[in-house]
Amino acid sequence: MSNIQINNVRKTYPGGIDAIRGITLDIADGEFCVLVGPSGCGKSTLLRMIAGLETITDGSVSIGDRVVNDLEPAERDIAMVFQNYALYPHMTVYGNMAYGLKNRGVPKDKIKVMVDEAAATLGLSEFLTRKPAQLSGGQRQRVAMGRAIVRQPQAFLFDEPLSNLDAKLRLKTRVEIRDLQQRLGTTSIYVTHDQMEAMTLADQLVVLNDGAVEQVGTPIDVYNRPASVFVAEFIGSPPMNLMPGEIDESGLVTPAGVVAAPAGVRHGAVTIGIRPEHLHPASDGPLRLKVRVVEHLGASANAHGTVPGHAVEMIASLTGADLPAKGETLGLTVAAENLHLFDPETGRRLH
Amino acid sequence: MRTKTVTFRHKWLPYALIAPQIVITLIFFIWPASQALYQSVLRQDAFGLRTDFVGMANFVRLFADDNYINSFVTTISFSAMVAGFSMGIALIMAIMADRVIRRAMVYRTLLIWPYAVAPAVAGVLWWFLFNPTIGIAAYALDGLGYDWNHYRDGGDAMTLIVVASTWRQVSYNFLFFLAGLQAIPRSLTEAAAIDGAGPVKRFVTIQLPLLSPTVFFLIVVNVVYAFFETFGVVHATTSGGPGQATNILVYKVWRDAFEGLNLGSSAAQSVILMVLVIALTAIQFRYIERKVEY
Repeated sequence: MSNIQINNVRKTYPGGIDAIRGITLDIADGEFCVLVGPSGCGKSTLLRMIAGLETITDGSVSIGDRVVNDLEPAERDIAMVFQNYALYPHMTVYGNMAYGLKNRGVPKDKIKVMVDEAAATLGLSEFLTRKPAQLSGGQRQRVAMGRAIVRQPQAFLFDEPLSNLDAKLRLKTRVEIRDLQQRLGTTSIYVTHDQMEAMTLADQLVVLNDGAVEQVGTPIDVYNRPASVFVAEFIGSPPMNLMPGEIDESGLVTPAGVVAAPAGVRHGAVTIGIRPEHLHPASDGPLRLKVRVVEHLGASANAHGTVPGHAVEMIASLTGADLPAKGETLGLTVAAENLHLFDPETGRRLH
Repeated sequence: MRTKTVTFRHKWLPYALIAPQIVITLIFFIWPASQALYQSVLRQDAFGLRTDFVGMANFVRLFADDNYINSFVTTISFSAMVAGFSMGIALIMAIMADRVIRRAMVYRTLLIWPYAVAPAVAGVLWWFLFNPTIGIAAYALDGLGYDWNHYRDGGDAMTLIVVASTWRQVSYNFLFFLAGLQAIPRSLTEAAAIDGAGPVKRFVTIQLPLLSPTVFFLIVVNVVYAFFETFGVVHATTSGGPGQATNILVYKVWRDAFEGLNLGSSAAQSVILMVLVIALTAIQFRYIERKVEY
């Protein structure tokens, strides 16, 4: 059993800066949990507190039913993959992977078996005698992974492990990490600011903002029902369109036109969210978009523009060959179930 | 055509710019060095009335002279102690300073101050502290039951010049060690901590190996310092005494020339020291050029 429980954890730095304002999370055994948020939201701090690299001001962290607050990082039985990989530059790949085992007093012949096995898993067997400086970025990343898996810890902690790779390699490594984690079945916590990485990797997605949890759920839940304006803006690419509006007897009044309001929402001012892909062209549609730029992505195209007569920016993701030209005014429609309504005061979801 | 004109117009400029350096090197290095080389093969009587060419005789006599061999041994043990202590203390201080986050600049600045003190002044300072008659440190030692007198006891005298020379050099070493430690990414020590290495093990297996280029550089610099720049310290405190106890090579050069008036022997000693410092510099340059490879 190696579930991880984070119970009302707080971090206050000297000088009274609250980095983490009371986070409670429950990560099941074997689950892949992704912490996502903009820089400065406290996601790395939280990870480092779980790892034991930062002290916990208040609350408790348990790994596999053991409260680890006062344990040294080494005693927590976790492995961490750092953003810059933190490979020991003066050791070979073998030395890097064997270091943790050596420190734990594993016999030499057993270390060799374990390192060889981990290296084979990651396709590193031929590089074991090389120094990190003689490896490419992707290979270094794999050595960092190898160092983590060789010890067979209770949990993997990843601190933005892909941000130093180029886009193509990032995609490939992302799949490899997911595949490896599923095969090993090791509980993992992964920190990233990249919402795409978060969506694709997570079993459980945790969106953090300003040291607090905004929303926890499966990626698809978070995507389909963002709990707040913050989550709505952060998850999804291109980002969700947001505009002020009002609900009255006629329905939902938007700057772009009046549409049918979703059932069960109170009357009054709201913040409306519409995902770009939920806007469909319809010449008699209730919404209007004056196109400024069209971005062709191949499979689809993004039409950027403003609502005529308003300063509201809007993006519509369009498929098909019939694309609007620059300067054209596009008629759009949206289904009521695809509308997201938020309280303009608190930013929380209204339905 | 135009390029040629420009080149021509500025042809004197590079020479003019390096001229001061060349002049300084010529006057303060090349000329004295060549004089030393020249003098080392001559022998002059004490009144300067007669000068003879004696070939390598000065060198041969030096290596047959017990005093000179003793001075060599003294210098080597003195250098080893100065380099060892100043680097050891500096390293401990750098490790501690590396952990300080608040007010780090204040501590660092204070630790660097002693380097601004000239060796002779450092010597005088410690001489006052350890003066058997008026020195506070000597008084304190007396209170502890130790009869400190560096005028009588060769060991005391050696301790005094080691302390005075070390104290000043700690600052310099500290700067380099601190810079070296801070150049090691924090994530490396964190990774080692997760890998189950305690603070001491982390230092020995991660930080120290990564610091080895700095250590090597500082060994050379400190040995050069102990060999040559400590003249002021010795002169201000022990004057090479008692007896020959603290008569290190560079001090002996001066003493033999200006007190013993044995110019030929002194020049020969200078030449030997010159060869030593050239060798040390060559080793250092070669190592640095090879680039640090982990």
